Amino acid sequence: MKKKNYTKHFILLSVFLVVLFFMNISLGSVSIPLHEIFNFLTGNSTSKESWDIILFNFRIPKAITAILVGSGLSISGLLMQTLFRNPLAGPFVLGISSGASLGVALLILGSSVFGGFFLTSSVSNWSLPIASSLGAFLVLSAVIIAANKVRNTMSILIIGLMFGSLTSAVISVLAYFSEAAQIQQYLFWSFGSLGNLSWNEISVFIFIYIFGLSATLTIIKPLNSFLLGENYAKSLGINIKKSRIIILLITSLLTGVITAFSGPIAFVGLAVPHIARMFFTTSNHKILIPATAIIGAIILLICDAIAQLPTSEFTLPINAITSLFGAPVVIWLLMRKKKIFV
Amino acid sequence: MKYVSENIVLKTENLTIGYQSKKAQTIVASNIDIAIEKGKLITILGKNGIGKSTLLRTISKVQEPLNGSVFINKKNIKNYTNKELSSALSLVLTERLPESQITVFELVALGRQPYTNWIDKLSDLDLEKIYWAIEQTEIQHLKEKFFYELSDGQLQRVLIARALAQDTDIIILDEPTAHLDLHHTIKIFSLLKKLVDETSKTILMSSHEVNLCIQFANEIILFTDDKVHIGTPDQLIKQDAFDDLFPKDIVKFNRKLQQFIINKK
Repeated sequence: MKKKNYTKHFILLSVFLVVLFFMNISLGSVSIPLHEIFNFLTGNSTSKESWDIILFNFRIPKAITAILVGSGLSISGLLMQTLFRNPLAGPFVLGISSGASLGVALLILGSSVFGGFFLTSSVSNWSLPIASSLGAFLVLSAVIIAANKVRNTMSILIIGLMFGSLTSAVISVLAYFSEAAQIQQYLFWSFGSLGNLSWNEISVFIFIYIFGLSATLTIIKPLNSFLLGENYAKSLGINIKKSRIIILLITSLLTGVITAFSGPIAFVGLAVPHIARMFFTTSNHKILIPATAIIGAIILLICDAIAQLPTSEFTLPINAITSLFGAPVVIWLLMRKKKIFV
Repeated sequence: MKYVSENIVLKTENLTIGYQSKKAQTIVASNIDIAIEKGKLITILGKNGIGKSTLLRTISKVQEPLNGSVFINKKNIKNYTNKELSSALSLVLTERLPESQITVFELVALGRQPYTNWIDKLSDLDLEKIYWAIEQTEIQHLKEKFFYELSDGQLQRVLIARALAQDTDIIILDEPTAHLDLHHTIKIFSLLKKLVDETSKTILMSSHEVNLCIQFANEIILFTDDKVHIGTPDQLIKQDAFDDLFPKDIVKFNRKLQQFIINKK
């Protein structure tokens, strides 16, 4: 049997990922030489104490976050595109980002509207993630309850979009009655951010991420059968309703935790599955799941490196960079390939 | 009709098919009693909208019967789980496959899903069945192609190969020759005939090819406005059952030629 061999692709991408990880850590307002980073990662210290602090407290957590966010969003996007058999689906079609935005908007903007009911001054490290998880969970539960009542998978897509519109309307009303400073604070959250995560938060993040990823591996079979459409999948013995709910739960878990810690990061989840399909020319999820994970991590590491504007004091919002960098790449790829797949 | 009851794989009793909505029942056909033996090619004939697909959907448990029951290997399909049914009955549908980059080999291999482990690893037996199915349908040369590169005739053979790889007693096909020219239609008919003769599988298909069904089918299930007939082509011709297939003003069945001819005005 002539079987396509993807090992070369995977080795290439993995090497690229490792190189980018080091580049990402080395670049920034203070440039740290690569051999010093290598020293640090093998358990020694760098030659400057300030570098140790920068690496341990800022650069390394941020690079790890970039990898988790990039791969997690990309896998979620892949799951949604396969479930809805729609190339435009992404991790946020279920209304998760709108739910999270609503939670954060209520926390930040709600204080002025409801007059001190929420105390903005006490916004701690954890209150933003908690507010956004609660919001995401609320909207998502509504979508999943609705999903259980409808037979048609496409209806779930539209229900998700409707919840998205509903929540953005509520946010607009809140914003209308809020003060400029609070609107700005909300806006900063919506730009997304990979930094500022403590090691505690990162360990929670990694734990949920690994759980979601392992769960994804158990549904490779139903995912592949969905490539033939639901009727064939059912005739192959797949329990459609159960698989659908599992896919929705995994996606919401991954996207929910990512949005909670890093804000609504656009674009990656929609684009990366397409890039992976073009690079690997397959729709087999056994290949696509690891492929989207690695490519997603690579792309977010690149975006983050660009956002740091090497050697300058400024950091651009990551959400802007993902689209600025990603959209032209996808357009270019599409113009070369001409055909798009789910 | 004489049946050796041991050999009956598919049986319906007093079956009423149709659609159930909250308030009303739409009955498409009722009192369907058919018993189908192993190793037969059965075709379902009838004009558009008369219930051929509804019958196939009811037999394959896509929708529930309004009344009566369907038995596969003497067990009511109500009592089959999806998983159990997937190793007893396989489908070839008319619907278009969603666009994706799966190869012909991968598509045929998906037929093995009821038997593979949780991560879909193909065992030696799986590979053997896949290659057998590919060989039977003569699609070896297409193995590495993406399915969207195929012609309609080739795709139909690939879908039949997928159903064969699923290794079920019964294969159900919904109008497998709908988009095909005469040459490819005949090729599909002879392939299906060869399969029932050589493998003792039972193949049930709906079709509009009256003339070919009369020549190839072991038995025909004929939907007319007032009744569902079942019998061998000869029996049905003798009963003049084909006369009621279409309104007589446009086409008429000629018993001697065993085919329909157009009424010229």
